[in-house]
Amino acid sequence: MNWFRNKDTLYGFLVILPSLVLLGIFVYGFIFQTFYTSLTDWGRDPAQALSANPQIRFIGLENYRELFTGFVDARFRQDLVNTFFFTVFFILGCLSLGLGLAIVLDRSPKGEGFFRTIFLFPMSLSFIVTGTIWRWMLQPQGGVNQLPTLVGLPRGEFAWLTSREQIWQVSWNDLPFITALVVSAVLVFIAIAAFRGGERRRGYIASGSAALLLLWALTLGRSLQPLPFDELHGFNLAFIGIILAAVWQMSGYTMALYLAGLRGIPEELREAARVDGASEWQLYQRIIFPLLAPITLSAMIILGHISLKIFDLIFAMAGADNAPTDVPALLMYLTTFRANQIAKGAAIGMILLLLVAAVIVPYLYSQLKSEVRR
Amino acid sequence: MIGRVVQYAVLFVATLFFLLPVYLVIVTALKEPSAITLSSTWQLPQVWYWESFVQAWTAFLPKLQNSFFLTVIATLLSAMLGSLNGYVLAKWRFPGANIVFPLMLFGMFIPYQAVLIPLFQFIREIGLGGTLWGLILVHVVYGLPITTLIFRNYYAEIPDEMIEAGRIDGAGFFGIYSRIVFPLSVPGFVVVIIWQFTQIWNEFLFAVTLVSSPANQPITVALAQLAGGEAVKWNLPMAGALLAALPTLLVYIFLGRYFIRGLLAGSVKG
Repeated sequence: MNWFRNKDTLYGFLVILPSLVLLGIFVYGFIFQTFYTSLTDWGRDPAQALSANPQIRFIGLENYRELFTGFVDARFRQDLVNTFFFTVFFILGCLSLGLGLAIVLDRSPKGEGFFRTIFLFPMSLSFIVTGTIWRWMLQPQGGVNQLPTLVGLPRGEFAWLTSREQIWQVSWNDLPFITALVVSAVLVFIAIAAFRGGERRRGYIASGSAALLLLWALTLGRSLQPLPFDELHGFNLAFIGIILAAVWQMSGYTMALYLAGLRGIPEELREAARVDGASEWQLYQRIIFPLLAPITLSAMIILGHISLKIFDLIFAMAGADNAPTDVPALLMYLTTFRANQIAKGAAIGMILLLLVAAVIVPYLYSQLKSEVRR
Repeated sequence: MIGRVVQYAVLFVATLFFLLPVYLVIVTALKEPSAITLSSTWQLPQVWYWESFVQAWTAFLPKLQNSFFLTVIATLLSAMLGSLNGYVLAKWRFPGANIVFPLMLFGMFIPYQAVLIPLFQFIREIGLGGTLWGLILVHVVYGLPITTLIFRNYYAEIPDEMIEAGRIDGAGFFGIYSRIVFPLSVPGFVVVIIWQFTQIWNEFLFAVTLVSSPANQPITVALAQLAGGEAVKWNLPMAGALLAALPTLLVYIFLGRYFIRGLLAGSVKG
C-alpha cells in the first residue's frame, strides 16, 4: 500500500470505493450488457421474449444492419431524421432567444430580477408538466390557434401535433453523400479559420481531410446504397409544436449562461471600445460575441445531448404512439417494453449512446484538460 | 430612446410567451368541465370552479406522497455520498483519481436507454422490482456524478492550509471532514439538495419503466397517464399539472439563486 501517500489517502479511497463500484456496475457494466444484448436475437421469437429462461442466440450486428438498412425499420430511420431536425431547431431557438433576452437584461432594465425569474421558471418544471400544458395549448381547434381571434383575425389553421405533413424530403440512399458534403464544408470552414489564426498545421490537416472526404463522396459515395429502393425522409411539421415547447422550457438556461458571461465582461473593456469610436453594434460584433463563443459551445453541447435524449416531453405532449413525432429514445421504450423486441431495443439504446458520447466525450476531455492547466 | 422602447417591447413579448401557458393552465383548471370548449379557450371562467383542484388532490394525493417519499430519501442519500466523494476528490486525491473522475462524470450524460434493459432485470432480481426502493436506489446511483461534481468544485475553494492546519492538530481523514469541511458545507448542500430534489421529482423515464403498479407511481407517471387519456376533460389534467409543478416551483421561487447555481454547475466547470 505504499503507493498511497498515507493512511488518510487510503481512507479517502475506501470512502469513495462504494460509489465507484456502484457506478462501475450501473454505468459501464450495464452498458456492456446492453451492447451484448444488442448482438443477440432476444425477442425475435415472441415466445422466448418473456420466458424466465429465454433461449438467446448470438447474431452479431444483425440488429444494427436491420435498423439502418432493413425494410421493417423505416420508422427508426425517420426517427433519426426527426432527432436531427429537432436538435438543430431546438438549439438554434434556445441560443437565439437566450442570447437576445440576456443582452436585454444585461442593460439592466427596470424589474430585471422579475423578468429573469419569469424567463427561467420553466426550467424548474418537469417535462411532463410542460408537455401536458402545451398539449392543451396546441389543440388544433383551440389554444394557440385561437389567439388571432382575440384581435379579430381568423383562426389559425395549423394542425400542430396532429400534422402529417413532411417537408425537405431526402432519400435515405443519398444521406451518406450529403453527410460527406456537409462534414467537408465544416472542415473547410475550420481550415480557413485555422489559416487565418496562423495555425498552419491544423489548417493543413483540416483541408486535407476535407479533400479526402470530398474525393470519396464524389467517386464512391454515390454507389453506397443502403437500401435497394428510395426511401424518403424529411422534417415532420408536427415537430414544430414540440420544438416550441422545448424552447419555452430550456431557453431560460441559455439566458442564464449568457447573462453570467456578459456580467463577466469588465465594463472597462466596453468603455475602451466606445472611446475608440466603436458603435454599439461593432462593440457586440467585435468584442462581446467572440468572448461569448465558449459559452455558446458549452450550451450547444449541453442542449444537444438533452435533445438527443428527449423522451418525456414528447411522451406527454403527443403520446408514445404518435409516429410523426417519434424519436429513437421513445422508439427504444416502445420496442423494448411494449413490443418486447428486447435485442433491437438494446441496439437502439447503443446507437443513442454513441450519438451522445460523440458530443460529450470531447467536451468532458477539453473541460477537464483545461482544468488541470488552471 | 428608441433603444429603450425596443428593449421593453422585447421584454413584453417574451413575458407574454412565457406566461400565456401559465394563464391558460390556471383558467382551464378553474372552469367547469362543461364550460371548457376549444373556441372559448382564452376566456376567463364564468363560474369559478374549485372542484377540479379537490378532485385532482384526492386522485393525486397518494402519487404526491410517493414522489415525496422517493425524492426526499434519494436526495438526502445522494447528497451525503456526493459530499464525501467530493471531499475525497478535492482534498485526498488517491492514485488514479484523474482517470476515475471523468469516468464518473460520463455517467451523468449517458442516455439511460443504454442501461435500461439490464437495469430493469437487475432491480427485479434483487427483489426491488416495481417498488419505490428500487427507484430510490437508481436515483441515488445515477445522481452520484452530479452531486460529487458540485461538492468537489465547492470543496476545491476551501484552502489547503485549513486542511493542513487540521492535520497538524492531529485530526485525520474523518476528523477534518466532520470538524472543518462539513460545517462549511451548508451552501453546497443547499445547492445539491435543491438540484437533486428538482431532478428526481421531475424524472419520468425510470419511473415509467421500473414502477409498474399504480399504487407506487410517482406523480409524473400519474399525470402523463391522466393527460394522455382522451376521455378526460381538460380541467383535471391542468389542475394536476399545477399540483405536480408546485413543489419544484416553490423551491425555485424562494431559493432561485441556489437553483441557478446548480444549473450552471451542470456544465461541468465550477
